[in-house]
Amino acid sequence: MLLLLAVFACGAWLQAQGFLPSLLRYRGDVLYLIRGHLELAALSGALAIAVGLPLGIVLSRPRFEAYADMVIQVVNLGTTIPTLALIAIAMSVLGIGAPPAVFALFVLTLLPIVLNTVAGLRSVPGYLIEAARGMGMTPWQVLRRVELPNAVYVILAGVRTAMAINVGTVPLAFLIGGGGLGELIFTGIDLMEPTMLLAGAIPTALLAVLVDFAIGQAQFWLVPRGVNPLR
Amino acid sequence: MIRLDQVSKHFGPLVAVDRVDMEVPAGEVCVLLGPSGCGKTTTMKMINRLIEPSAGKIFVDGKDAASVDEVTLRRSIGYVIQQIGLFPNMTVEDNICVVPDLLGWPRRKSRARAADLLELVNLDPGIFLKRYPKQLSGGQQQRIGVARALAADPPVLLMDEPFGAIDPINREVIQDEFMKLQAELKKTVVFVSHDIDEAVKMASRIAIFRDGRLIQYDTPDAILARPVDAFVAEFVGSDRTLKRLRLLKVTDAMMADPPRVRAEDPIETAVKLMEEHGHASVVMVGPRGRARGVVRLEAVQGRKGVVGDHQEPLPGVVNVKSDLRTAVSEMFTHGLTWLACVDDEGFYKGYITQRGVSQALGAPYKDR
Repeated sequence: MLLLLAVFACGAWLQAQGFLPSLLRYRGDVLYLIRGHLELAALSGALAIAVGLPLGIVLSRPRFEAYADMVIQVVNLGTTIPTLALIAIAMSVLGIGAPPAVFALFVLTLLPIVLNTVAGLRSVPGYLIEAARGMGMTPWQVLRRVELPNAVYVILAGVRTAMAINVGTVPLAFLIGGGGLGELIFTGIDLMEPTMLLAGAIPTALLAVLVDFAIGQAQFWLVPRGVNPLR
Repeated sequence: MIRLDQVSKHFGPLVAVDRVDMEVPAGEVCVLLGPSGCGKTTTMKMINRLIEPSAGKIFVDGKDAASVDEVTLRRSIGYVIQQIGLFPNMTVEDNICVVPDLLGWPRRKSRARAADLLELVNLDPGIFLKRYPKQLSGGQQQRIGVARALAADPPVLLMDEPFGAIDPINREVIQDEFMKLQAELKKTVVFVSHDIDEAVKMASRIAIFRDGRLIQYDTPDAILARPVDAFVAEFVGSDRTLKRLRLLKVTDAMMADPPRVRAEDPIETAVKLMEEHGHASVVMVGPRGRARGVVRLEAVQGRKGVVGDHQEPLPGVVNVKSDLRTAVSEMFTHGLTWLACVDDEGFYKGYITQRGVSQALGAPYKDR
Protein backbone atom coordinates (compact mmCIF):
# COMPACT_ATOMS: atom_id res chain seq x y z
CA MET A 1 0.00 0.00 0.00
CA LEU A 2 2.74 2.35 1.02
CA LEU A 3 4.66 1.33 -2.07
CA LEU A 4 1.69 2.04 -4.28
CA LEU A 5 1.34 5.48 -2.71
CA ALA A 6 5.03 6.13 -3.29
CA VAL A 7 4.77 5.12 -6.93
CA PHE A 8 1.71 7.28 -7.33
CA ALA A 9 3.41 10.27 -5.68
CA CYS A 10 6.46 9.72 -7.85
CA GLY A 11 4.30 9.62 -10.98
CA ALA A 12 2.46 12.79 -9.98
CA TRP A 13 5.73 14.59 -9.34
CA LEU A 14 7.14 13.50 -12.71
CA GLN A 15 3.93 14.60 -14.37
CA ALA A 16 4.27 18.03 -12.76
CA GLN A 17 7.86 18.27 -14.04
CA GLY A 18 6.63 17.62 -17.57
CA PHE A 19 8.75 14.49 -17.68
CA LEU A 20 6.10 11.90 -18.53
CA PRO A 21 4.65 13.74 -21.52
CA SER A 22 8.14 14.12 -22.97
CA LEU A 23 8.81 10.45 -22.33
CA LEU A 24 5.62 9.55 -24.15
CA ARG A 25 6.87 11.52 -27.16
CA TYR A 26 9.08 8.53 -27.89
CA ARG A 27 6.20 6.06 -27.74
CA GLY A 28 6.31 5.25 -31.45
CA ASP A 29 10.09 4.72 -31.40
CA VAL A 30 9.92 2.62 -28.25
CA LEU A 31 7.26 0.30 -29.64
CA TYR A 32 9.18 -0.13 -32.87
CA LEU A 33 12.50 -0.74 -31.11
CA ILE A 34 11.00 -3.16 -28.58
CA ARG A 35 10.08 -5.38 -31.49
CA GLY A 36 13.64 -5.41 -32.77
CA HIS A 37 14.93 -5.85 -29.26
CA LEU A 38 12.74 -8.88 -28.67
CA GLU A 39 13.64 -10.34 -32.04
CA LEU A 40 17.32 -10.20 -31.21
CA ALA A 41 16.76 -11.70 -27.77
CA ALA A 42 14.40 -14.40 -29.02
CA LEU A 43 16.58 -15.42 -31.93
CA SER A 44 19.82 -15.58 -29.94
CA GLY A 45 18.04 -17.19 -26.99
CA ALA A 46 16.37 -19.83 -29.15
CA LEU A 47 19.70 -20.61 -30.80
CA ALA A 48 21.40 -20.89 -27.41
CA ILE A 49 18.73 -23.25 -26.12
CA ALA A 50 18.78 -25.25 -29.34
CA VAL A 51 22.54 -25.72 -29.02
CA GLY A 52 23.00 -25.61 -25.26
CA LEU A 53 20.42 -28.20 -24.28
CA PRO A 54 21.65 -30.99 -26.57
CA LEU A 55 25.25 -30.06 -25.78
CA GLY A 56 24.52 -30.30 -22.06
CA ILE A 57 22.79 -33.65 -22.53
CA VAL A 58 25.68 -35.04 -24.55
CA LEU A 59 28.22 -33.78 -22.02
CA SER A 60 26.36 -35.45 -19.18
CA ARG A 61 26.52 -38.91 -20.83
CA PRO A 62 29.09 -41.09 -19.08
CA ARG A 63 30.86 -41.65 -22.38
CA PHE A 64 31.70 -37.96 -22.74
CA GLU A 65 32.29 -37.26 -19.10
CA ALA A 66 36.03 -36.85 -19.70
CA TYR A 67 35.42 -34.08 -22.23
CA ALA A 68 32.70 -32.35 -20.25
CA ASP A 69 34.98 -30.21 -18.12
CA MET A 70 37.08 -29.25 -21.12
CA VAL A 71 34.09 -28.13 -23.16
CA ILE A 72 32.63 -26.28 -20.20
CA GLN A 73 35.95 -24.42 -19.86
CA VAL A 74 35.76 -23.35 -23.49
CA VAL A 75 32.16 -22.23 -23.14
CA ASN A 76 33.17 -20.46 -19.96
CA LEU A 77 35.79 -18.55 -21.89
CA GLY A 78 32.99 -17.16 -24.08
CA THR A 79 31.46 -15.63 -20.99
CA THR A 80 34.65 -14.31 -19.41
CA ILE A 81 35.38 -12.24 -22.50
CA PRO A 82 33.77 -8.86 -21.77
CA THR A 83 30.52 -8.55 -23.64
CA LEU A 84 31.66 -5.42 -25.44
CA ALA A 85 34.83 -7.14 -26.68
CA LEU A 86 32.76 -10.13 -27.75
CA ILE A 87 30.52 -7.86 -29.81
CA ALA A 88 33.54 -6.14 -31.32
CA ILE A 89 35.10 -9.45 -32.28
CA ALA A 90 31.82 -10.68 -33.74
CA MET A 91 31.59 -7.50 -35.81
CA SER A 92 35.13 -7.82 -37.15
CA VAL A 93 34.34 -11.32 -38.37
CA LEU A 94 30.66 -11.12 -39.34
CA GLY A 95 30.43 -7.45 -40.31
CA ILE A 96 27.80 -5.10 -38.93
CA GLY A 97 24.09 -5.55 -38.50
CA ALA A 98 21.96 -8.13 -36.72
CA PRO A 99 23.90 -11.40 -37.39
CA PRO A 100 27.03 -10.55 -35.38
CA ALA A 101 24.80 -9.19 -32.60
CA VAL A 102 22.81 -12.41 -32.52
CA PHE A 103 26.03 -14.40 -32.49
CA ALA A 104 27.53 -12.44 -29.61
CA LEU A 105 24.33 -12.73 -27.60
CA PHE A 106 24.19 -16.45 -28.39
CA VAL A 107 27.68 -17.03 -27.02
CA LEU A 108 26.82 -15.08 -23.92
CA THR A 109 23.60 -17.01 -23.31
CA LEU A 110 25.02 -20.43 -24.03
CA LEU A 111 27.05 -20.95 -20.87
CA PRO A 112 24.38 -20.80 -18.18
CA ILE A 113 22.21 -23.11 -20.25
CA VAL A 114 24.90 -25.71 -20.86
CA LEU A 115 26.15 -25.45 -17.30
CA ASN A 116 22.73 -25.92 -15.75
CA THR A 117 21.78 -28.71 -18.12
CA VAL A 118 24.91 -30.63 -17.15
CA ALA A 119 24.49 -29.84 -13.46
CA GLY A 120 20.80 -30.74 -13.53
CA LEU A 121 21.35 -34.06 -15.26
CA ARG A 122 24.31 -34.92 -13.04
CA SER A 123 22.27 -34.27 -9.93
CA VAL A 124 19.82 -37.04 -10.85
CA PRO A 125 20.82 -39.78 -8.37
CA GLY A 126 22.60 -42.76 -9.90
CA TYR A 127 20.25 -45.23 -8.28
CA LEU A 128 17.27 -43.72 -10.13
CA ILE A 129 19.03 -44.32 -13.41
CA GLU A 130 19.97 -47.83 -12.30
CA ALA A 131 16.39 -48.56 -11.30
CA ALA A 132 15.20 -47.29 -14.67
CA ARG A 133 17.74 -49.41 -16.56
CA GLY A 134 17.02 -52.41 -14.37
CA MET A 135 13.35 -52.21 -15.24
CA GLY A 136 14.15 -52.30 -18.92
CA MET A 137 14.19 -48.70 -20.15
CA THR A 138 16.34 -47.95 -23.18
CA PRO A 139 18.92 -45.16 -22.71
CA TRP A 140 16.62 -42.80 -24.59
CA GLN A 141 13.68 -43.70 -22.34
CA VAL A 142 15.84 -43.23 -19.25
CA LEU A 143 16.72 -39.73 -20.49
CA ARG A 144 13.19 -38.74 -21.45
CA ARG A 145 11.21 -40.32 -18.63
CA VAL A 146 13.59 -40.09 -15.71
CA GLU A 147 16.60 -37.83 -16.22
CA LEU A 148 15.04 -34.82 -17.97
CA PRO A 149 11.91 -34.60 -15.78
CA ASN A 150 14.08 -34.68 -12.69
CA ALA A 151 16.56 -32.12 -14.07
CA VAL A 152 14.13 -29.78 -15.80
CA TYR A 153 13.83 -27.44 -12.82
CA VAL A 154 17.56 -26.77 -12.76
CA ILE A 155 17.71 -26.56 -16.55
CA LEU A 156 14.94 -23.96 -16.65
CA ALA A 157 16.71 -22.02 -13.90
CA GLY A 158 19.67 -21.81 -16.28
CA VAL A 159 17.47 -20.63 -19.13
CA ARG A 160 15.93 -18.06 -16.83
CA THR A 161 19.29 -16.59 -15.82
CA ALA A 162 20.57 -16.72 -19.38
CA MET A 163 17.56 -14.93 -20.84
CA ALA A 164 17.57 -12.22 -18.19
CA ILE A 165 21.21 -11.51 -19.03
CA ASN A 166 20.44 -11.73 -22.73
CA VAL A 167 17.58 -9.20 -22.70
CA GLY A 168 19.61 -6.86 -20.54
CA THR A 169 22.57 -7.02 -22.91
CA VAL A 170 20.71 -6.54 -26.19
CA PRO A 171 21.13 -2.71 -26.07
CA LEU A 172 24.85 -3.20 -26.78
CA ALA A 173 23.85 -4.59 -30.19
CA PHE A 174 23.17 -1.02 -31.27
CA LEU A 175 26.93 -0.39 -31.26
CA ILE A 176 27.35 -2.69 -34.24
CA GLY A 177 24.13 -1.66 -35.93
CA GLY A 178 22.05 -4.48 -34.58
CA GLY A 179 19.09 -2.35 -33.53
CA GLY A 180 17.02 -2.67 -30.35
CA LEU A 181 16.37 -0.29 -27.51
CA GLY A 182 20.07 0.50 -27.32
CA GLU A 183 19.40 3.02 -30.05
CA LEU A 184 17.52 5.28 -27.63
CA ILE A 185 19.93 4.67 -24.76
CA PHE A 186 23.17 5.38 -26.58
CA THR A 187 21.73 8.22 -28.63
CA GLY A 188 20.33 9.67 -25.41
CA ILE A 189 23.77 9.50 -23.84
CA ASP A 190 25.42 11.09 -26.84
CA LEU A 191 22.86 13.89 -27.02
CA MET A 192 22.87 14.38 -23.24
CA GLU A 193 19.14 13.78 -23.35
CA PRO A 194 18.13 11.93 -20.20
CA THR A 195 14.51 11.57 -21.28
CA MET A 196 15.52 9.75 -24.44
CA LEU A 197 17.95 7.61 -22.49
CA LEU A 198 15.25 6.65 -20.02
CA ALA A 199 12.80 5.96 -22.84
CA GLY A 200 15.24 3.20 -23.82
CA ALA A 201 16.43 2.12 -20.39
CA ILE A 202 13.08 1.74 -18.64
CA PRO A 203 11.55 -0.57 -21.28
CA THR A 204 14.78 -2.57 -21.32
CA ALA A 205 14.56 -3.11 -17.59
CA LEU A 206 10.86 -3.90 -17.79
CA LEU A 207 11.49 -6.41 -20.57
CA ALA A 208 14.15 -8.18 -18.52
CA VAL A 209 11.78 -8.43 -15.57
CA LEU A 210 8.95 -9.59 -17.81
CA VAL A 211 11.01 -12.30 -19.48
CA ASP A 212 12.24 -13.47 -16.09
CA PHE A 213 8.65 -13.62 -14.86
CA ALA A 214 7.48 -15.52 -17.94
CA ILE A 215 10.17 -18.18 -17.58
CA GLY A 216 9.46 -18.34 -13.86
CA GLN A 217 5.87 -19.16 -14.74
CA ALA A 218 7.03 -21.78 -17.19
CA GLN A 219 9.13 -23.27 -14.40
CA PHE A 220 6.12 -23.36 -12.12
CA TRP A 221 3.83 -25.09 -14.60
CA LEU A 222 6.18 -27.27 -16.65
CA VAL A 223 8.18 -28.95 -13.88
CA PRO A 224 6.42 -32.14 -12.70
CA ARG A 225 4.74 -31.70 -9.35
CA GLY A 226 6.69 -34.40 -7.55
CA VAL A 227 10.01 -32.63 -8.13
CA ASN A 228 8.84 -29.02 -8.18
CA PRO A 229 10.01 -27.14 -5.11
CA LEU A 230 7.62 -24.31 -6.02
CA ARG A 231 4.44 -26.29 -5.51
CA MET B 1 14.67 -71.31 -13.21
CA ILE B 2 17.91 -69.41 -12.86
CA ARG B 3 21.20 -71.17 -13.47
CA LEU B 4 24.70 -69.78 -13.27
CA ASP B 5 27.36 -71.75 -15.04
CA GLN B 6 30.99 -70.89 -14.21
CA VAL B 7 30.15 -67.19 -14.11
CA SER B 8 33.01 -64.76 -13.53
CA LYS B 9 33.36 -61.02 -13.55
CA HIS B 10 36.64 -59.16 -13.74
CA PHE B 11 37.01 -55.43 -13.28
CA GLY B 12 40.48 -54.89 -14.67
CA PRO B 13 42.81 -56.95 -12.50
CA LEU B 14 40.18 -57.30 -9.78
CA VAL B 15 38.19 -60.51 -9.74
CA ALA B 16 34.76 -59.56 -8.42
CA VAL B 17 33.06 -62.87 -9.07
CA ASP B 18 35.02 -66.05 -9.50
CA ARG B 19 33.55 -69.04 -11.36
CA VAL B 20 30.23 -69.25 -9.60
CA ASP B 21 27.95 -72.21 -10.22
CA MET B 22 24.49 -72.19 -8.76
CA GLU B 23 20.92 -72.98 -9.56
CA VAL B 24 17.80 -71.39 -8.14
CA PRO B 25 14.74 -73.60 -8.60
CA ALA B 26 11.44 -71.96 -9.56
CA GLY B 27 9.45 -70.55 -6.67
CA GLU B 28 12.35 -70.42 -4.23
CA VAL B 29 13.88 -67.48 -2.43
CA CYS B 30 17.65 -67.56 -2.78
CA VAL B 31 19.48 -65.14 -0.52
CA LEU B 32 22.98 -64.11 -1.60
CA LEU B 33 24.77 -63.41 1.63
CA GLY B 34 28.20 -62.13 2.51
CA PRO B 35 30.23 -59.16 3.73
CA SER B 36 30.42 -56.07 1.53
CA GLY B 37 32.60 -56.45 -1.52
CA CYS B 38 32.12 -60.22 -1.65
CA GLY B 39 30.55 -60.18 -5.12
CA LYS B 40 26.96 -60.90 -4.16
CA THR B 41 25.53 -57.73 -5.70
CA THR B 42 27.63 -58.13 -8.83
CA THR B 43 26.37 -61.69 -9.16
CA MET B 44 22.78 -60.53 -8.90
CA LYS B 45 23.23 -57.71 -11.40
CA MET B 46 24.65 -60.12 -13.93
CA ILE B 47 21.32 -61.94 -13.97
CA ASN B 48 19.52 -58.97 -15.53
CA ARG B 49 22.71 -57.93 -17.31
CA LEU B 50 23.12 -54.59 -15.59
CA ILE B 51 26.62 -56.01 -15.43
CA GLU B 52 27.84 -58.21 -18.25
CA PRO B 53 29.68 -61.36 -17.11
CA SER B 54 33.30 -61.66 -18.22
CA ALA B 55 32.96 -65.41 -18.55
CA GLY B 56 30.40 -68.11 -18.04
CA LYS B 57 26.74 -68.39 -18.85
CA ILE B 58 23.53 -67.44 -17.11
CA PHE B 59 20.27 -69.13 -17.94
CA VAL B 60 16.95 -67.57 -17.01
CA ASP B 61 13.95 -69.81 -17.55
CA GLY B 62 16.08 -72.12 -19.67
CA LYS B 63 17.25 -69.39 -22.03
CA ASP B 64 20.79 -68.05 -22.22
CA ALA B 65 20.46 -64.49 -20.91
CA ALA B 66 23.19 -63.29 -23.28
CA SER B 67 21.12 -64.35 -26.27
CA VAL B 68 18.05 -62.34 -25.22
CA ASP B 69 17.82 -58.61 -25.91
CA GLU B 70 18.83 -56.98 -22.62
CA VAL B 71 15.88 -54.59 -22.53
CA THR B 72 13.42 -57.44 -23.12
CA LEU B 73 15.20 -59.52 -20.50
CA ARG B 74 14.98 -56.78 -17.87
CA ARG B 75 11.31 -56.13 -18.51
CA SER B 76 10.65 -59.77 -17.68
CA ILE B 77 12.51 -59.57 -14.36
CA GLY B 78 11.24 -57.53 -11.41
CA TYR B 79 13.90 -55.34 -9.84
CA VAL B 80 13.92 -53.80 -6.36
CA ILE B 81 16.87 -51.79 -5.03
CA GLN B 82 17.90 -50.67 -1.58
CA GLN B 83 17.42 -46.97 -2.31
CA ILE B 84 13.94 -47.93 -3.56
CA GLY B 85 14.37 -45.69 -6.58
CA LEU B 86 10.79 -44.57 -7.03
CA PHE B 87 10.81 -41.85 -9.67
CA PRO B 88 10.05 -38.60 -7.83
CA ASN B 89 8.56 -36.97 -10.92
CA MET B 90 5.83 -39.61 -11.19
CA THR B 91 2.83 -40.42 -9.03
CA VAL B 92 2.68 -43.74 -7.22
CA GLU B 93 0.34 -45.00 -9.94
CA ASP B 94 2.72 -44.04 -12.76
CA ASN B 95 5.65 -45.52 -10.85
CA ILE B 96 3.90 -48.87 -10.52
CA CYS B 97 2.94 -48.77 -14.19
CA VAL B 98 6.46 -48.13 -15.50
CA VAL B 99 7.05 -51.62 -16.85
CA PRO B 100 3.46 -52.19 -18.08
CA ASP B 101 3.75 -48.88 -19.92
CA LEU B 102 7.08 -49.91 -21.43
CA LEU B 103 5.42 -53.15 -22.54
CA GLY B 104 2.58 -51.15 -24.10
CA TRP B 105 -0.28 -52.43 -21.97
CA PRO B 106 -3.59 -50.63 -22.49
CA ARG B 107 -3.84 -47.79 -19.99
CA ARG B 108 -7.00 -49.04 -18.36
CA LYS B 109 -5.51 -52.46 -17.71
CA SER B 110 -2.26 -51.12 -16.24
CA ARG B 111 -4.01 -48.58 -13.97
CA ALA B 112 -6.38 -51.27 -12.70
CA ARG B 113 -3.35 -53.44 -12.02
CA ALA B 114 -1.72 -50.61 -10.05
CA ALA B 115 -4.77 -50.38 -7.78
CA ASP B 116 -4.78 -54.16 -7.25
CA LEU B 117 -1.08 -54.17 -6.40
CA LEU B 118 -1.50 -51.42 -3.83
CA GLU B 119 -4.15 -53.55 -2.12
CA LEU B 120 -1.73 -56.46 -2.26
CA VAL B 121 0.94 -54.53 -0.37
CA ASN B 122 -1.59 -53.26 2.17
CA LEU B 123 -1.87 -49.66 1.01
CA ASP B 124 -5.20 -48.01 0.26
CA PRO B 125 -5.36 -47.21 -3.48
CA GLY B 126 -7.85 -44.41 -2.84
CA ILE B 127 -5.27 -42.60 -0.75
CA PHE B 128 -1.99 -43.50 -2.39
CA LEU B 129 -2.44 -43.83 -6.17
CA LYS B 130 -2.18 -40.11 -6.88
CA ARG B 131 0.49 -39.31 -4.31
CA TYR B 132 4.10 -38.51 -5.08
CA PRO B 133 6.94 -40.51 -3.54
CA LYS B 134 8.12 -37.59 -1.41
CA GLN B 135 4.78 -37.67 0.42
CA LEU B 136 5.37 -41.23 1.66
CA SER B 137 7.31 -42.79 4.52
CA GLY B 138 10.26 -45.10 3.82
CA GLY B 139 8.23 -48.22 4.55
CA GLN B 140 5.40 -47.13 2.28
CA GLN B 141 7.89 -46.30 -0.46
CA GLN B 142 9.45 -49.74 -0.34
CA ARG B 143 6.03 -51.42 -0.39
CA ILE B 144 5.43 -49.52 -3.61
CA GLY B 145 8.90 -50.49 -4.79
CA VAL B 146 7.88 -54.13 -4.40
CA ALA B 147 4.51 -53.48 -6.06
CA ARG B 148 6.30 -51.84 -8.98
CA ALA B 149 8.56 -54.85 -9.43
CA LEU B 150 5.51 -57.12 -9.49
CA ALA B 151 3.53 -54.93 -11.90
CA ALA B 152 4.00 -56.93 -15.09
CA ASP B 153 3.86 -60.21 -13.15
CA PRO B 154 7.43 -61.30 -13.90
CA PRO B 155 8.37 -64.86 -12.88
CA VAL B 156 11.68 -63.69 -11.44
CA LEU B 157 12.41 -60.98 -8.88
CA LEU B 158 15.82 -59.51 -8.13
CA MET B 159 16.03 -57.68 -4.83
CA ASP B 160 19.14 -55.78 -3.79
CA GLU B 161 19.01 -55.36 0.01
CA PRO B 162 15.44 -54.14 -0.40
CA PHE B 163 14.67 -53.69 3.28
CA GLY B 164 18.09 -52.45 4.38
CA ALA B 165 17.15 -48.79 4.60
CA ILE B 166 14.00 -49.31 6.65
CA ASP B 167 13.91 -49.01 10.44
CA PRO B 168 14.06 -52.36 12.29
CA ILE B 169 10.42 -52.45 13.40
CA ASN B 170 9.00 -51.70 9.97
CA ARG B 171 11.56 -54.03 8.41
CA GLU B 172 10.17 -57.00 10.33
CA VAL B 173 6.65 -56.07 9.27
CA ILE B 174 7.58 -55.68 5.61
CA GLN B 175 9.58 -58.91 5.63
CA ASP B 176 6.56 -60.75 7.02
CA GLU B 177 4.29 -59.14 4.46
CA PHE B 178 6.65 -60.06 1.69
CA MET B 179 6.86 -63.68 2.84
CA LYS B 180 3.07 -63.87 2.87
CA LEU B 181 3.00 -62.42 -0.62
CA GLN B 182 5.68 -64.82 -1.79
CA ALA B 183 3.82 -67.83 -0.37
CA GLU B 184 0.95 -66.79 -2.61
CA LEU B 185 2.80 -65.65 -5.74
CA LYS B 186 5.63 -68.23 -5.74
CA LYS B 187 8.10 -66.05 -7.61
CA THR B 188 11.69 -67.08 -8.09
CA VAL B 189 13.53 -64.54 -5.98
CA VAL B 190 17.20 -63.69 -5.84
CA PHE B 191 17.70 -61.54 -2.79
CA VAL B 192 20.93 -59.83 -1.77
CA SER B 193 21.48 -59.30 1.94
CA HIS B 194 24.25 -58.92 4.47
CA ASP B 195 22.00 -59.76 7.39
CA ILE B 196 22.11 -63.40 8.45
CA ASP B 197 18.86 -63.06 10.42
CA GLU B 198 17.06 -61.71 7.40
CA ALA B 199 18.51 -64.50 5.29
CA VAL B 200 17.44 -67.21 7.72
CA LYS B 201 13.98 -65.72 7.83
CA MET B 202 13.40 -65.28 4.11
CA ALA B 203 15.50 -67.86 2.33
CA SER B 204 14.69 -71.28 1.05
CA ARG B 205 18.36 -71.37 0.11
CA ILE B 206 21.31 -69.27 1.17
CA ALA B 207 24.41 -68.68 -0.93
CA ILE B 208 27.37 -67.45 1.08
CA PHE B 209 29.96 -65.45 -0.82
CA ARG B 210 33.47 -64.49 0.07
CA ASP B 211 35.95 -62.65 -2.15
CA GLY B 212 33.91 -63.40 -5.24
CA ARG B 213 33.58 -67.10 -4.51
CA LEU B 214 30.51 -69.05 -3.64
CA ILE B 215 31.56 -70.77 -0.43
CA GLN B 216 28.40 -72.58 0.54
CA TYR B 217 25.00 -72.94 -1.08
CA ASP B 218 22.45 -74.75 1.01
CA THR B 219 19.24 -74.52 2.99
CA PRO B 220 19.31 -72.10 5.93
CA ASP B 221 19.16 -74.98 8.41
CA ALA B 222 22.07 -76.79 6.79
CA ILE B 223 24.13 -73.59 6.67
CA LEU B 224 23.52 -72.97 10.36
CA ALA B 225 23.98 -76.60 11.36
CA ARG B 226 26.95 -77.47 9.18
CA PRO B 227 28.94 -74.44 8.04
CA VAL B 228 31.60 -75.70 5.64
CA ASP B 229 34.44 -73.65 7.05
CA ALA B 230 35.47 -71.24 9.77
CA PHE B 231 34.51 -68.22 7.67
CA VAL B 232 30.93 -69.35 7.25
CA ALA B 233 30.74 -70.40 10.90
CA GLU B 234 31.93 -66.99 11.97
CA PHE B 235 29.71 -65.18 9.51
CA VAL B 236 26.54 -66.90 10.64
CA GLY B 237 27.48 -66.16 14.24
CA SER B 238 28.48 -68.09 17.33
CA ASP B 239 24.82 -68.33 18.27
CA ARG B 240 24.04 -70.13 15.05
CA THR B 241 22.44 -73.06 16.83
CA LEU B 242 20.04 -70.71 18.58
CA LYS B 243 19.20 -69.17 15.20
CA ARG B 244 18.08 -72.60 14.07
CA LEU B 245 15.31 -72.46 16.69
CA ARG B 246 13.47 -70.20 14.33
CA LEU B 247 13.75 -72.66 11.46
CA LEU B 248 12.56 -75.73 13.36
CA LYS B 249 8.89 -76.17 14.10
CA VAL B 250 7.37 -77.49 17.29
CA THR B 251 6.43 -80.66 15.39
CA ASP B 252 10.15 -81.35 14.79
CA ALA B 253 10.78 -81.84 18.51
CA MET B 254 7.33 -82.90 19.67
CA MET B 255 6.47 -86.31 21.11
CA ALA B 256 3.33 -87.15 19.22
CA ASP B 257 0.45 -89.40 20.30
CA PRO B 258 1.10 -88.83 24.00
CA PRO B 259 -0.59 -90.59 26.92
CA ARG B 260 -3.67 -88.77 28.19
CA VAL B 261 -6.45 -89.19 30.67
CA ARG B 262 -10.05 -88.03 30.91
CA ALA B 263 -11.77 -86.32 33.78
CA GLU B 264 -13.90 -89.36 34.61
CA ASP B 265 -10.96 -91.83 34.65
CA PRO B 266 -10.03 -93.17 38.10
CA ILE B 267 -6.79 -91.87 39.61
CA GLU B 268 -5.32 -95.38 39.55
CA THR B 269 -5.42 -95.36 35.74
CA ALA B 270 -3.56 -92.09 35.63
CA VAL B 271 -0.90 -93.28 38.10
CA LYS B 272 -0.44 -96.51 36.18
CA LEU B 273 -0.11 -94.60 32.89
CA MET B 274 2.53 -92.28 34.33
CA GLU B 275 4.54 -95.10 35.86
CA GLU B 276 4.33 -96.99 32.59
CA HIS B 277 5.78 -94.04 30.64
CA GLY B 278 8.07 -92.84 33.40
CA HIS B 279 6.35 -89.44 33.41
CA ALA B 280 5.87 -87.12 36.36
CA SER B 281 2.58 -85.81 35.02
CA VAL B 282 -0.09 -86.49 32.44
CA VAL B 283 -2.38 -84.18 30.51
CA MET B 284 -6.10 -84.41 31.04
CA VAL B 285 -8.22 -83.89 27.94
CA GLY B 286 -11.86 -83.00 27.45
CA PRO B 287 -14.42 -85.28 25.85
CA ARG B 288 -13.30 -84.40 22.31
CA GLY B 289 -9.59 -84.28 23.00
CA ARG B 290 -8.92 -80.65 23.90
CA ALA B 291 -6.17 -80.17 26.47
CA ARG B 292 -7.85 -79.15 29.73
CA GLY B 293 -5.45 -79.66 32.61
CA VAL B 294 -2.71 -81.75 34.14
CA VAL B 295 -2.37 -84.37 36.87
CA ARG B 296 0.95 -84.64 38.71
CA LEU B 297 2.14 -88.02 39.97
CA GLU B 298 3.46 -86.49 43.19
CA ALA B 299 0.08 -84.97 44.01
CA VAL B 300 -2.11 -87.98 43.33
CA GLN B 301 -0.05 -91.02 44.33
CA GLY B 302 -2.05 -93.18 46.74
CA ARG B 303 -5.15 -91.02 46.44
CA LYS B 304 -8.59 -92.25 45.45
CA GLY B 305 -11.26 -90.75 43.22
CA VAL B 306 -11.38 -89.57 39.62
CA VAL B 307 -8.85 -87.50 37.70
CA GLY B 308 -11.22 -84.53 37.45
CA ASP B 309 -10.98 -83.93 41.22
CA HIS B 310 -7.20 -83.69 41.27
CA GLN B 311 -6.42 -81.85 38.04
CA GLU B 312 -4.39 -78.64 37.99
CA PRO B 313 -4.33 -76.00 35.28
CA LEU B 314 -1.90 -76.60 32.41
CA PRO B 315 1.37 -74.80 33.13
CA GLY B 316 2.27 -74.05 29.54
CA VAL B 317 0.82 -74.56 26.07
CA VAL B 318 2.27 -73.97 22.63
CA ASN B 319 0.74 -74.17 19.17
CA VAL B 320 2.14 -77.00 17.02
CA LYS B 321 2.64 -74.54 14.16
CA SER B 322 4.93 -72.24 16.13
CA ASP B 323 8.68 -72.36 15.73
CA LEU B 324 10.91 -73.72 18.44
CA ARG B 325 12.06 -70.22 19.33
CA THR B 326 8.55 -69.45 20.57
CA ALA B 327 8.37 -72.76 22.42
CA VAL B 328 11.71 -72.32 24.16
CA SER B 329 10.86 -68.74 25.06
CA GLU B 330 7.60 -69.97 26.59
CA MET B 331 9.48 -72.60 28.62
CA PHE B 332 12.03 -70.12 29.92
CA THR B 333 9.39 -67.51 30.68
CA HIS B 334 7.50 -69.87 32.98
CA GLY B 335 10.48 -71.92 34.14
CA LEU B 336 9.09 -75.16 32.71
CA THR B 337 10.76 -78.26 31.35
CA TRP B 338 7.86 -79.24 29.12
CA LEU B 339 4.91 -77.77 27.24
CA ALA B 340 1.70 -79.26 25.96
CA CYS B 341 1.31 -78.83 22.21
CA VAL B 342 -2.11 -78.04 20.80
CA ASP B 343 -3.41 -77.26 17.34
CA ASP B 344 -5.43 -74.22 16.32
CA GLU B 345 -8.60 -75.75 17.76
CA GLY B 346 -6.97 -76.52 21.10
CA PHE B 347 -6.77 -80.30 20.58
CA TYR B 348 -3.95 -81.97 22.45
CA LYS B 349 -1.38 -83.19 19.94
CA GLY B 350 1.70 -83.96 21.95
CA TYR B 351 4.24 -82.49 24.31
CA ILE B 352 7.62 -80.92 23.89
CA THR B 353 10.44 -81.10 26.44
CA GLN B 354 13.70 -79.21 26.83
CA ARG B 355 15.48 -82.45 26.14
CA GLY B 356 13.48 -82.96 22.98
CA VAL B 357 14.47 -79.47 21.81
CA SER B 358 18.14 -80.16 22.53
CA GLN B 359 17.94 -83.42 20.63
CA ALA B 360 16.24 -81.81 17.65
CA LEU B 361 18.92 -79.10 17.53
CA GLY B 362 21.68 -81.61 18.11
CA ALA B 363 20.53 -84.12 15.51
CA PRO B 364 22.55 -82.72 12.59
CA TYR B 365 25.77 -82.76 14.67
CA LYS B 366 25.53 -86.40 15.74
CA ASP B 367 26.72 -87.98 12.53
CA ARG B 368 30.00 -86.08 12.53
